[in-house]
Amino acid sequence: MKVLVPVKRVIDPNVRPRVKADGSGVDLANIKMAMNPFCEIAVEEAVRLKEKGVVTEIVIVSIGPAQAQETIRIGLAMGGDRGILVQTDAMVEPLAVAKILAKIVEAEKPELVITGKQAIDDDSNQTGQMLAAILDWPQGAFASSITKDGDKLKVTREVDGGLQTVSLNLPAVVTTDLRLNEPRFASLPNIMKAKKKPIDMKTPADFGVDIAPRLTVVKVAEPRKREAGEKVADVDALIAKLKSVGAI
Amino acid sequence: MAVLVLAEHSNAALNDATGKTVAAAAAYGGDIDVLVAGHNAKAAADAAAKLPGVRKVLHAEGEAFSHSLAEAVEALVVPLMANYEAFFAPATTTGKNVTPRIAAKLDVMQISEISKVVSKDTFERPIYAGNAILTVKSNDAKKVVTVRGTAFQAATGSGSASVETIAAPAGPFKSAFVSEELQKSDRPELASAKRVVSGGRALASADQFNQYILPLADKLGAGVGASRAAVDAGYAPNDFQVGQTGKVVAPELYVAIGISGAIQHLAGMKDSKIIVAINKDEEAPIFQIADYGLVGDLFKIVPELTSKL
Ligand SMILES: Cc1cc2nc3c(=O)[nH]c(=O)nc-3n(C[C@H](O)[C@H](O)[C@H](O)COP(=O)(O)OP(=O)(O)OC[C@H]3O[C@@H](n4cnc5c(N)ncnc54)[C@H](O)[C@@H]3O)c2cc1C
Ligand SMILES: Nc1ncnc2c1ncn2[C@@H]1O[C@H](COP(=O)(O)O)[C@@H](O)[C@H]1O
Repeated sequence: MKVLVPVKRVIDPNVRPRVKADGSGVDLANIKMAMNPFCEIAVEEAVRLKEKGVVTEIVIVSIGPAQAQETIRIGLAMGGDRGILVQTDAMVEPLAVAKILAKIVEAEKPELVITGKQAIDDDSNQTGQMLAAILDWPQGAFASSITKDGDKLKVTREVDGGLQTVSLNLPAVVTTDLRLNEPRFASLPNIMKAKKKPIDMKTPADFGVDIAPRLTVVKVAEPRKREAGEKVADVDALIAKLKSVGAI
Repeated sequence: MAVLVLAEHSNAALNDATGKTVAAAAAYGGDIDVLVAGHNAKAAADAAAKLPGVRKVLHAEGEAFSHSLAEAVEALVVPLMANYEAFFAPATTTGKNVTPRIAAKLDVMQISEISKVVSKDTFERPIYAGNAILTVKSNDAKKVVTVRGTAFQAATGSGSASVETIAAPAGPFKSAFVSEELQKSDRPELASAKRVVSGGRALASADQFNQYILPLADKLGAGVGASRAAVDAGYAPNDFQVGQTGKVVAPELYVAIGISGAIQHLAGMKDSKIIVAINKDEEAPIFQIADYGLVGDLFKIVPELTSKL
């Protein structure tokens, strides 16, 4: 089966985000960017399914600025076959991303879409589920294991109380959680090879999707600061402190 | 027009997250109806009727709802939304699973994990692992939001709403429940515990996690949490993970043991009232937000603390 993997270019998870002084957003000028970690897990899972012979072709898609090509190239170096960049400098909200992805699904006809569960910038946790709803497909959100089971897909999900396993008709959307796999690092030869893999360049207008935002940013502010407290000398001092503030 | 709140429950009982979501809906304003979709869930529906401020409980029964399958809940909720101007769900894994489906079907851009209702169309929510607070205004006709439980307090007191049984779509749905492995524990539930003891990578094994963290938690009557590193390494189960991509907690007392304090971990616990950190590295970032820090070897400190409490 063919798999579509949407990947988002986001701030590197090791960088501490800084709010812009004018309160208009987070400062991303000259900040190191990376593939969203949950998208790396999604690519890795697609590649493993291909290595097992379950998957035949992996298409990596990103919606974002020209630089998102680099993000797609990482996916290609990990084992993706080809890419699609839907290029825009606009801020595209999850609902619009899902609508564009639905159009790509119509054209590409994959049997499975694997997204990340959450982009670590907007922390929305929406796109995969929205895509599934638009397509009227079933979903396995927050997956920690995926197996093909006859004509169904068995997905184990990380839920608040533990783990839940569901069986999905195909085609389906799966979103990845942290325990699904540990993504590989692309090797240098594979990075070189990935440079020759094709990336199809598109725009939102090619799909007839209105990406005008539904949400207006009023402001972006620093969170309430927490001051460092004090170091205590030993266990007795800790217990005394906790008692004095009524915490125990 | 009214707000529809999705109840989080176990069929037999209502989860705390429901009352907090009702509190967020009350801050939004208007009549509040609570949807209890379940299987043999009369007890949960009756409990929802006792929440203060609720006008009416809608109770839907069906096999597919016993495990809150997203496809089934979407099919139930979307037609109901003709009568509501807003849909509020808890930002639990159940709420996060189904709410975006409902938003997409209504052609509404969802607002995830709100921490404050500013007005009928404006909300606050943390972004970038809580390193920034976004105030955002929705231009959609209907509002679809998930609610961060730690940011709202359930109202006290007791209500007496009516319970109305509503028809549920029968399916078939494109997904089916297979099995579940739920953690059984007598300890307080992590998300709502008054105290939480969390262990990190330093515990070095599941055995030591159990040997050092659990007795301290039991002494304190605390829920148990963990860092991602501890969960990834198999020292603790996945549902213990506290952080940006795990659970968000804000107990009266949070004890971080052998946890460095990465921004992704802080995102899940920095609103705790009192934070205690035990770490052998005095430069560990966790000390920058801890009220009380104890520098030293957890394998010595934790047993001493447990025995002296
Ligand atoms: C996409 C993404 C999402 C993430 N989501 C989360 C999340 O939700 N929650 C989360 O927790 N993390 C999350 N992380 C991971 C996070 O970045 C850190 O890697 C993780 O929190 C580190 O866990 P730790 O503090 O247990 O381990 P470490 O950072 O390795 O820290 C171990 C600490 O133990 C101390 N120590 C060692 N031995 C002892 C001893 N004997 N006594 C006392 N102290 C000792 C060390 O000094 C050190 O400070 C995420 C990362 C990514 C990329
Ligand atoms: N601009 C985008 N381009 C490609 N994929 C995206 C984009 N935005 C979100 N996604 C996918 O949706 C997942 C969840 O993102 P979000 O709903 O924004 O938290 C990500 O991990 C990606 O797989």
